[in-house]
Amino acid sequence: MALPPPDPQFVLRGTGAAVHTLHFSCREESDVPVLFSGSENGFIHVWNLKTHRVDTALDGHGRKSVYCVETMGGKDRLLSQGRDQRICLWDLAEGRTSVMDSVFTENVGFCRCSLLKVAQGRWLMAMAAKALEEVQVLELPSKTSVCTLKPEVGAKLGMPMCLKLWQLNCSSEPLLLAGYEDGSVILWNATMGKALSQLVCHQEPVMSLDFDSEKAKGISGSSEKVLSIWSLNEQQNLQVCKTHRLLNAGISDITIRPDKKILATAGWDHRIRIFGWKKMKPLAVLDYHTATVHCVSFSDHKNPSERLLAAGSRDHRISIWSIYAQT
Amino acid sequence: VCFIPGGLDCSISCVSHVLGKVCVQGRQKEILSTLVPRLTDLTRSDCIWQRICWRLVECVPDRWMEAVVLGFVQRAPGADVLSRMLGNLVVKNKKAQFVVTQKMLLLQYSHTTAVLQNLLGYLSLDSLRRPLLIKVLQELLETWGSSSAVKHSPPEQQQYIGKAILICLSHLKEPEIESCRQELLTSMMEGVKCHLDSNLPQIRRLGMVVAESISSKINTDGPVLKFQYEEDDETRELKSFLMQTPPFCVVPSLTDNDRNEEADAALPLVSKSDKKSHPAAPVMPDEESDAELDSDDDLVPYDMSEDKELKTKAPLYIRDCIEVLTGCEDVDKWEATVKVLESLIRKNPSATREVSVELAKILLHLEEKTCIEGFVELRQSAQVAVLTTDPIPVAKYLTSQFYSLNYSLRQRMDILNVLVLAAQELSCPKSHGKTKQSGAQKPCIQLLPGSDSSKDWKRIVDERIKSKTRRFATGQSQVELASSPNEFNSVAGHFFFPLIQHFDRPLTTFDLLGEDHFVLGKLVHTLAILMYLAINTVAVTAMGKALLEFVWALRFHTDSYVRQGLLSCISSILHSVPSEHLLEDMTEELLETLSWLGDVVEKDPDGDCRRLALQNLLLMENLKKKLKTVPS
Repeated sequence: MALPPPDPQFVLRGTGAAVHTLHFSCREESDVPVLFSGSENGFIHVWNLKTHRVDTALDGHGRKSVYCVETMGGKDRLLSQGRDQRICLWDLAEGRTSVMDSVFTENVGFCRCSLLKVAQGRWLMAMAAKALEEVQVLELPSKTSVCTLKPEVGAKLGMPMCLKLWQLNCSSEPLLLAGYEDGSVILWNATMGKALSQLVCHQEPVMSLDFDSEKAKGISGSSEKVLSIWSLNEQQNLQVCKTHRLLNAGISDITIRPDKKILATAGWDHRIRIFGWKKMKPLAVLDYHTATVHCVSFSDHKNPSERLLAAGSRDHRISIWSIYAQT
Repeated sequence: VCFIPGGLDCSISCVSHVLGKVCVQGRQKEILSTLVPRLTDLTRSDCIWQRICWRLVECVPDRWMEAVVLGFVQRAPGADVLSRMLGNLVVKNKKAQFVVTQKMLLLQYSHTTAVLQNLLGYLSLDSLRRPLLIKVLQELLETWGSSSAVKHSPPEQQQYIGKAILICLSHLKEPEIESCRQELLTSMMEGVKCHLDSNLPQIRRLGMVVAESISSKINTDGPVLKFQYEEDDETRELKSFLMQTPPFCVVPSLTDNDRNEEADAALPLVSKSDKKSHPAAPVMPDEESDAELDSDDDLVPYDMSEDKELKTKAPLYIRDCIEVLTGCEDVDKWEATVKVLESLIRKNPSATREVSVELAKILLHLEEKTCIEGFVELRQSAQVAVLTTDPIPVAKYLTSQFYSLNYSLRQRMDILNVLVLAAQELSCPKSHGKTKQSGAQKPCIQLLPGSDSSKDWKRIVDERIKSKTRRFATGQSQVELASSPNEFNSVAGHFFFPLIQHFDRPLTTFDLLGEDHFVLGKLVHTLAILMYLAINTVAVTAMGKALLEFVWALRFHTDSYVRQGLLSCISSILHSVPSEHLLEDMTEELLETLSWLGDVVEKDPDGDCRRLALQNLLLMENLKKKLKTVPS
């Protein structure tokens, strides 16, 4: 007899607008666990997960929607990307709330940038560039361009929709997985700017993807009813492993938990679905929100039993769940 | 027991006696289990042994015959073997006949399918025995068809009888079926009725399967009876009996024979079990097998049975619909509203009447927000629903809008289409024959710049008029027919007159007499239809007069589509306006029209126009004739 799905552990209210992006920062056990959320009204809220209240609200994107937030090594350094065509780097140490630096992307799309730490104090960031189909890789904080990833002429990929920078270990080459508007996923070498492999996963634009570098397996979701699971073989070629059919069409976000055991999908049908990552076994359907769920994020707690899942939705709410935390 | 083939005149009767006595004492199994296989082997090719066997059974005294025959039928491995062993016993011996044809089939139902197959196959194998087969079938059908049997006998027995019927049918040849086709048909009809009346789904299904099988046998070329029921193992098994081929006489050895029979009987069962295993296996069979190897087992899934497809709820009230259509940003809701609107309007006439004009306005201006399938039809059917619910104000609105500024051609055509469809609905097809009306409906709904749709209307109108004229010629009786309450009566004028009013008044964006002659053509056809539908309404004479003048004004129009429309207007007038009124009020106009029609027939370049004019002339001739016959 299966248990009914759990209720959210708590719900964060008060953003006042649709929530587009979430990021946890709970690594430091001595520090207060924090959740960053970016909303459509241009605010970034810093939520205190102990008091469940907003500690700070950051206004740096001219009231234009913020659709990506990431931390760069701890919760004092924040990167946010907004529809004002800017990526802002914030300094939040000691109570400050100032924008240290910003990158003008000249891109009017919705593609979330992707960060990868390559060395101490050095980051690579991939973002959609000004030209329609291109992706630019920058080094931060120097903001120097590493390379531009241009698909071949006549490829007709459309805009890049989602990006993921990764490297197998600290010494190997950083690679980028990009999902495009035509439904294909391309693996790029992020330093050389060369496309290594292309795979058509979906008939509709790829909305979100995530990749497990240990197993060399990734998953992508689209606006259709299918999730596509693909893998990378030794020749660095992408191939489709299997597809999973969903009940309702449309996935906004997919994320794999850091321990690679489960993954969560945010659906247009207002529901969050949890799957086992090994076999794509459906585990739970979390039905709380009353509008499209835009983003899901797993926390990075050191203590496994404290791990949380957060989901932000168009109904202005962020639901926090504790699910499969015991394993 | 080993038989030594002795002299031909050795008497078997003592053996028969022994056999009979043993069988009746209940030792059938033991003795026949050794006897039957031996006899099967021996009689396979040796005729002498066959005759010996026959003698053996024939000599069994009557009081023990039943036990012996029963034992043989049950134990024989096949119908042909049984045939070899028993010969024509059933024909020669009354008791055997009773056992085989009555007792085993109608009075007992515990026998297995194989036994049934044996028995009926045995009956079918010899020409002397075939009439028995037919008799058996008739009796089985009688039982199957008797309502008291259906009501009172246990389902297992009915199943058994059904099986027997099907097996019999499979053995029957064409000429035999021909000869008893009528009886088969009657019994099938009766039987089906009783079976379908039953409350048990099993009985109903049984009835359906048997009836289908019978019907397929007796109607090999025509349409067969087909019921809708869920296929399951039972029905499949039953149907498989019908398909089998009768067993042939030459068979290999005993063991092979057994295997064959069993294989045949087992085949439907095996395929059934296959089918069963497939749906039974869950969606992830691979995962089931691999699950043991996986440590993911510790992740126990939650209950996901509440997970359903997402559906937006459509509004339940007309006013809510209006809100959604005028201002709502939610596209899903808008879509749902558009889909549900017509049915809501029809279900709530009083609520609709309160907001009818507003709704009509919204619908006229409704643009496709998202890509819905059949948006055009949905909008149109909603408009028709509004118009029929509250004809007068909405018609007033629509006709006034027809002549207003700044509407697109599509919208003006929409208005005309909607008026016609609503008029058709209101005038109610009861008296004019539903089929033709539905034919007229369909072309209207195709909103392609409908020269073809108008032609269809015209064609149908003309056909109808033709048929009407024929009726006039044959007799008065049908004329009285068309007198059902015509809702169009009270509103016909409201539909018609505003449309005809301003045709010669050009506006900056709309000039009927100028470049928008396509719309003019459509308008003319619309008027023709409205005129046609206005038969027996009060306003029809006034309409007719106005229409005649309208036609007169436009008769030399250059567009042939318009001219065709004008000619169909005349047809409609001649059809709808009662002839007395035609002659009284419109004599001069009629005469003028007559001469014009003559002109058209001779000189018009368009073939359709000429044909229509000729038709009209014929109609007028008929009119004259009719009036001549009526005593003044």
